[in-house]
Amino acid sequence: MKNLMKGSAAALALTIGANAALAEGDLVIYHWFEYMPQELLDKFAEEHGVNVTLDTYDSNEAMLASLKAGALGTYDVAVPGDYMVSIMGGEGMLDTIADGELKNKGNIKAEWADPSFDPGRQSSIPYQWGSTSFAVNRDVYQGDINTTDILFTPPAELAGKINMLDGQGEVIAMASLHLGIPQCSSDREQLKALNALLQDAKQHWVSFNSDTAKEVLVSGDAAAGQIYDGFSAKAREEGANVEYAFPTQGYVAWMDNVVLLKDAPNRENALKFMDFLLEPENIAAVTNFARYNAGVDGVEEFLDPSLATQPENNPHADAGPGVFIEVCTEEVQAVYDQIWTNLKK
Amino acid sequence: MAAGAASGGSATTDTYKEARTWLLLPAWVTLTILTLAPVGMMLIYSFLTKEFRGGVIWEFSLAAYDQFFFDRGLFGDDPAKIEWTYILIFWRSIWQAGAATILSLVIGFPTAYFIATRPESQRPIWVFLITIPYWVNLLIRTVSMKFLLRDNGPFNDFLLSIGLIDSPITIVNTNFAVQLGLFYSYLPFMVLPIYAAVERYNFSLSEAAADLYATKWVALRRILLPAVKPGVIAGCILVFVPSMGSFLAPDLLGGAKNFMIGSLIEEQFKGNAGNWPFGAAASMILLTMVLILLMAYARQQAKAENAEG
Repeated sequence: MKNLMKGSAAALALTIGANAALAEGDLVIYHWFEYMPQELLDKFAEEHGVNVTLDTYDSNEAMLASLKAGALGTYDVAVPGDYMVSIMGGEGMLDTIADGELKNKGNIKAEWADPSFDPGRQSSIPYQWGSTSFAVNRDVYQGDINTTDILFTPPAELAGKINMLDGQGEVIAMASLHLGIPQCSSDREQLKALNALLQDAKQHWVSFNSDTAKEVLVSGDAAAGQIYDGFSAKAREEGANVEYAFPTQGYVAWMDNVVLLKDAPNRENALKFMDFLLEPENIAAVTNFARYNAGVDGVEEFLDPSLATQPENNPHADAGPGVFIEVCTEEVQAVYDQIWTNLKK
Repeated sequence: MAAGAASGGSATTDTYKEARTWLLLPAWVTLTILTLAPVGMMLIYSFLTKEFRGGVIWEFSLAAYDQFFFDRGLFGDDPAKIEWTYILIFWRSIWQAGAATILSLVIGFPTAYFIATRPESQRPIWVFLITIPYWVNLLIRTVSMKFLLRDNGPFNDFLLSIGLIDSPITIVNTNFAVQLGLFYSYLPFMVLPIYAAVERYNFSLSEAAADLYATKWVALRRILLPAVKPGVIAGCILVFVPSMGSFLAPDLLGGAKNFMIGSLIEEQFKGNAGNWPFGAAASMILLTMVLILLMAYARQQAKAENAEG
């Protein structure tokens, strides 16, 4: 999802928990950058007397590559997005959580208890969920923004001032919604149309930035930009007059999940950590920090009141469906790669 | 780097002959484990079959090189044509890196000359000043540069306030911004070798040229430049080579709209493509190009030495 600090982030390792002498073992977390409040890690380390180590990554694909290159067996838990959970499951990189091993499993909200990417929550628990759409600077453009035309056939005020996320999945999913074609379609005419749409839309785009998606809106480098809901909320807080769009054609939904990795060196502590994050009070702290949504019952009383009315969390009545990014077959993925290279060549 | 290897090495004494094998061991270990092994691995990977979503299958395949050189259409079943996409990406990288190198040379040479002609006691301070900004992480410096150059950043504000321009000059997200970023990233690699060469230069040669009625320009072109040429070439290589593979400046300052070699390779490992053999093949092709460049330089250097001696 986000891409900040390419390269350096992956190398960044933080060791937490000063009470090494009292520690009952370790917990090694592989997590997105800037996605976990430090106080919460300290709290877990203290409550369970566990030494917590946190390594960070900057994209789902970077995490997968690192685990594939031999880091499996180093980490206990990771936090992949929805589609990446199915990919990792398919690659046999996830461990199964037996019934009863997680005492707080019942806290998971009913609608997230049996997701398509991990039926029955065999290996994962919800972390945060939200949407990926786009935000428009209202000082620059005052017209209707709830259409994907804003990104692909923009009005004159926005043309040439649009930042796209630097991720194939998000861009192609949004383009598919714009065209009204199913994701991962293997229909040749539809794929050609997708290629043509992106080729044509590129002239309107000023940059591809994921890590600075928020910052380019705040600074005014871009007047509109594809963005995650929480980033848009933060951009508003930082003074940008932006409005987050829920296009009638639909938008991308996502959910990050804590997964139990295969060959976890500290499986017991990993389960304790997952239980810890299923406590409403704890996961609410993450939500207050990241400004997304939790997938756990009973968090409401712990949430920052401003979150309930946050426009980015409240789609209007005409909003299209929020759809997860789908996992394509190898053949379709090869065409997507080709389309992406054509776009960026 | 290459200049040092080419200039030294004639007078070796064998004081440590007995222990030579053991003393050389660290060098051999470094060379094999840290240099040859990774390159060898890359070479092997580039000839393997790609595994879906990253990784390799241990079966020989030329698919990666085929993908690089042949275009088989969007669905991979058209008759093969020459693939221009990657050649274009390589050409863009060479062009950007070349422009950055020339920019570094134009700014770096006078800077190095200036430092080398200061009194000897002051020179270390000037060298020190050149290197200070490079203690800061490259990422931070590149991001800061974006802050300075953006449409409503300090640079444009300044030009607007003194009335030199009426509307901001767009620099960020252009090719020029990438060149500027690369130039700033690698400038010391240009200044330091040239400085080392100019410092060794015997300035009485220039005086002699002047005594023989050479103009300042002729003295610079025919006396100083040939004498410091190894330093200039070393500087150019040290700026050009890392610029070609760089992805930070193109992504942050250029807006990542067009792949450079570095970002193309990165995409194969960290992006959706997950095509390790193709990433390895692109790296090998880049490596081969750089190697040819260095060998041409070394040959030319050897020729020059033969001509002198």
